[in-house]
Amino acid sequence: MKVRFELNEAPMEIDVAPDRRVVDLLREDLRLTGTKEGCGTGECGACTILVNGQTRLSCLMVAAQLDGARVTTVEGLAATTAGATIQRAFVEEGAVQCGFCIPGMEMAALALLRQGDAPGRECIREGLSGNLCRCTGYTKIVDAVERAGRDLHAGREEQ
Amino acid sequence: MSPREPLQVGRPEIRYDAAAKAAGTEPYAADLYPENLLWAGVVRAGVASGRLRSVETEAALAVPGVVRVLTAADVPGPNRHGIIHRDTPVLVDGRVRHAGDAVALVIAETHAALRQAIGRVRAEIEPLPAVFDPEAALGEDAPLVHEERPGNILLAAEIRKGAADQALAGCEVVVEGEFSTPMQAHIFLETENGVARLEGDGTVSMTVSSQSPFRDRFEVGAALDIPYDRIRIVAPSLGGGFGGKDGATVQCLLALAALHAGGRPVKMHWQREESMAAGYKRHPCRTRYRLGADRDGTLRALYCSLLYDTGAYAHLGGEVMELGMEHAGGPYRIPHVLIEGRCVYTNNPVAGAMRAFGVCQVAFAMESMLDQLAQRLGMDPLELRLRNTLVDGDVNCAGLPLTTSTGMVGCLEMLRDHPLWRERQAWKDGAPPHARRGVGLAAVFNAAGYGGKVRDAAIAKVELNPDGRIAIHNAVADMGQGNACGFVQMAGSILGQDADQLELRQPDTATAYPSGSASAGRTTYTFGNALIKACEELRQRLINRAGLLLFLDDDCDLRLVPGKVIHPPTDREVPLSRLAAFMPREDRVCISQFVAPVCRQVPDTATGFFIGFPHVIFAYGAHLARIEVDLRTGLIRIDDYVAATDGGAVLNPCLFDQQIQGGVAQGIGYALMEEVERREGCIQSESLATYLIPTAVDVPDILSCRLSGNEATGPFGLKGVGEVAMNGPLPAVANAVADACGIRLRRAPFTPERVLLALEEQA
Repeated sequence: MKVRFELNEAPMEIDVAPDRRVVDLLREDLRLTGTKEGCGTGECGACTILVNGQTRLSCLMVAAQLDGARVTTVEGLAATTAGATIQRAFVEEGAVQCGFCIPGMEMAALALLRQGDAPGRECIREGLSGNLCRCTGYTKIVDAVERAGRDLHAGREEQ
Repeated sequence: MSPREPLQVGRPEIRYDAAAKAAGTEPYAADLYPENLLWAGVVRAGVASGRLRSVETEAALAVPGVVRVLTAADVPGPNRHGIIHRDTPVLVDGRVRHAGDAVALVIAETHAALRQAIGRVRAEIEPLPAVFDPEAALGEDAPLVHEERPGNILLAAEIRKGAADQALAGCEVVVEGEFSTPMQAHIFLETENGVARLEGDGTVSMTVSSQSPFRDRFEVGAALDIPYDRIRIVAPSLGGGFGGKDGATVQCLLALAALHAGGRPVKMHWQREESMAAGYKRHPCRTRYRLGADRDGTLRALYCSLLYDTGAYAHLGGEVMELGMEHAGGPYRIPHVLIEGRCVYTNNPVAGAMRAFGVCQVAFAMESMLDQLAQRLGMDPLELRLRNTLVDGDVNCAGLPLTTSTGMVGCLEMLRDHPLWRERQAWKDGAPPHARRGVGLAAVFNAAGYGGKVRDAAIAKVELNPDGRIAIHNAVADMGQGNACGFVQMAGSILGQDADQLELRQPDTATAYPSGSASAGRTTYTFGNALIKACEELRQRLINRAGLLLFLDDDCDLRLVPGKVIHPPTDREVPLSRLAAFMPREDRVCISQFVAPVCRQVPDTATGFFIGFPHVIFAYGAHLARIEVDLRTGLIRIDDYVAATDGGAVLNPCLFDQQIQGGVAQGIGYALMEEVERREGCIQSESLATYLIPTAVDVPDILSCRLSGNEATGPFGLKGVGEVAMNGPLPAVANAVADACGIRLRRAPFTPERVLLALEEQA
């Protein structure tokens, strides 16, 4: 079927089997390999994308569900203020080790930080609890999201 | 624009790979989808012990899009791989020894066709008696996993120092205990995968998520009878490894598929369930300990017996157990020691390398014993440890005189002075009514390097590119621990360059040089030492050639700065790109090697050891956990965690803390929740819904304290710290639970059920 959606703020139309997993559509068909797959069963969060602003697990979605939706993947993060701020914080706070969970983490962080005020550490931990990381012990990831929250909040105050 | 600053060692330089990983552009093996690719996948035995009678492939071949279904008959060569013992069939050709054994290999045009065809291959397996319990495996009537291995023993060994039996009999105080640790899974997020292709010249080239690209050539070559120079392995950044990608996973299967794919690229990517079923695991271990001391707390004698379950194949099981034995007495001075170790085959999944390689099992037992002893003596557990802790020049429990940096005391002193330790009583008193709070310690250590009788060496290559950038040919895989970033930092520091001026190339057997595996806390140490020499040689050469270009009769005032060589007295400079154009290729490349030190006077304490004994360099750590036990649910919550670590000098504080925090989190999972559940050798906890690892809400902020030391043999004074932190959490949490509730947990992980049961037994 023809699926039309907005992908990282650009219109996208693709002819694809309606039951094609979105993670395969993104990675294999569109070569957007920034979205990772760690389990295929919705447990690890590595394949997290935003669909209409909400976090979604692309390994549990099929192509037909994207029709008419607004989709953001890690490849679209840098183009937004919040996304760029999050990425910078992850890099500078040492939150990145093997990096395989990071795109999904960043998407979860973006959804969390869009909810408003700069969240505290407990709130950040809750917000990221659907995303597994095996390398970092989460401390520096929480540091990064906390800082991104502060930076974004300060940015909003200035405006 | 601010002047460009060269990278410097000791500073928290930003990881060179962080930006690409944060942007999603770092290329992992899993991200490869070459044009015209085929998919390969494995049919697994599904039963733990049996004889393969036949493989029925017709139904699978009838699935549209299926290209080939391969069985053992299609394997050229001996069909056996393995690191030390070549005992693992690429495809089973008779005996099935565990449920994850590969019996057939399917190649298909699409992933969907592949899955369908795998389900249609019928393997007829005649069941044979199996053994799953390591103690039962030792029994006289136990079925043999390998016919040629009587008693199912892979390795039995002993460390004997002094006369432990007599000394224990004469000790004023003796404590004892039996402990059990679970099978743990690595759970790297990028499961085992790769892409292989048969090139026109007959070379099998492969890009694979591997910790050991150079050794992979030997495993693949030996199993499939391919000359090593016809195998090329590329190992890009890994999405985690932790030991589970040390040794062939997909490699032999992929090479076999490539041989039958008519030159098309073949991709294999294990799903999570397959990674659980067929990937390597941490050895479950049972230990029995007796520890004797004087009334003043001076340790006198230790006896312990260790039983490691290596599963169906050897992999590195013997070496894992040996390292456990070498660490079984902890970082302490004990004059009389007897350590008996046995590593046995069972029909369980294959155990192999995992961070802290055999050591976290014994650290649990030994550190629990220390607290039991402290309680018996009425001593402060930290003071008891300090009284017995190894210092420079001591002889350790394996009989080795310590000649390298030994920072155990310093780590313990950092904890002793820490507010979380000093103010523990007030914190404990603040527990809510339904809970108890406790504080636990652990003193741990972990050897670095391959150990005796194994050459631990690296060959580093650096190259001035034609564009004036300097390429570092990394030859030990970066599984995320950041060794490659450390190499960039070292090279930048020596060559006066910033990150923009440096290019890091990940391991490729075609262009880099054999440098061993990313493992054993040796990655940054061994390759780093080689790299320093190569960079120093390149620096001399660039300065010399710049002097030539500038017609100087003396090189002494020339300096390398980012992008150029400068001559301040005459205010002249040579851009590196111009220098590169001036130098022929062979002049732009520097290669240097390093062989890690080994013990030249091997103590006569160990018998039965094969290779890998003894080690000479150790990282040390002292850990503190503050926990709260909910008496209603049995749930343990870790509120605070401190890890003080002696890793020699610190190359990069941020990378250092990353390793410590990650190791602690993996150790917390080991302590609280992680256990690969099996039934009849088949894994029950096969997904991340049933095999739980810590999430962000399960671990506290982990505080890493760095003891600034110096290891004279290390690159810029460092020692590897990738493994030591894994050893602390399990005993520290066990000791904290004992402190909180008076119960001594001896079987990990400490699930709420087990905690409640222990509380009931106590009542």
